[in-house]
Amino acid sequence: MPRSVKKGPFIHHKLAAKIDALNERNEKKIVKTWSRASTISPDFVGHTIAVHNGNKMIPIYISENMVGHKLGEFSPTRIFRGHPGTKAEKASRKK
Amino acid sequence: MARIAGVDLPKNKKVYYGLTYIFGVGQTTSGKILERANVDPDKRVSELTEEEVAGIRSIIQSDHKVEGALRSEVQQNIKRLMDIGGYRGLRHRRGLPAHGQRTRTNSRTRKGRKKTVAGKKKAVGKK
Repeated sequence: MPRSVKKGPFIHHKLAAKIDALNERNEKKIVKTWSRASTISPDFVGHTIAVHNGNKMIPIYISENMVGHKLGEFSPTRIFRGHPGTKAEKASRKK
Repeated sequence: MARIAGVDLPKNKKVYYGLTYIFGVGQTTSGKILERANVDPDKRVSELTEEEVAGIRSIIQSDHKVEGALRSEVQQNIKRLMDIGGYRGLRHRRGLPAHGQRTRTNSRTRKGRKKTVAGKKKAVGKK
């Protein structure tokens, strides 16, 4: 079920405040955030936001197409390094 | 023979189901179209008069996105997801399900036919 329209999109208030401040001063600076659940609003376009993925901050340049998605979608939390045993096993078998 | 939106409708089926042979028209849309066109949904496709066919055709043409146009829209949406590099786009690129389904088993629609990987030397508890 989608979020109530009355409430508007969720954007962490501190993040919104930082972006607003940057927009007011017409500045571009990398903003760090842990708020992966925040929706990307049109104000964010053109900024670079570093989104935490549980390990490190991934810088994301916000383009117009990304509006309406959540920040976390662009900062993958898992790395797929191949299936267990596909390469490692072959190597150990030869021994 | 009724040809609507570039698709031949099956002659012997009721119009209500016949219309669903068009990509983008399911049973709900079909019912709505027929109601607006004032056509009895239980009529067979072969029994439709020319005017009825024309009526249905014009409704679909003006108010519904079907077949090629719809397919290309879907493709564009997927392409957009892939271009912005979000999680859903990545899943599309890898040919895996994009809505958080499990992939340990199933997901064969997205992953295609089973590709058996050579098992471990000793399969423990494997039937």
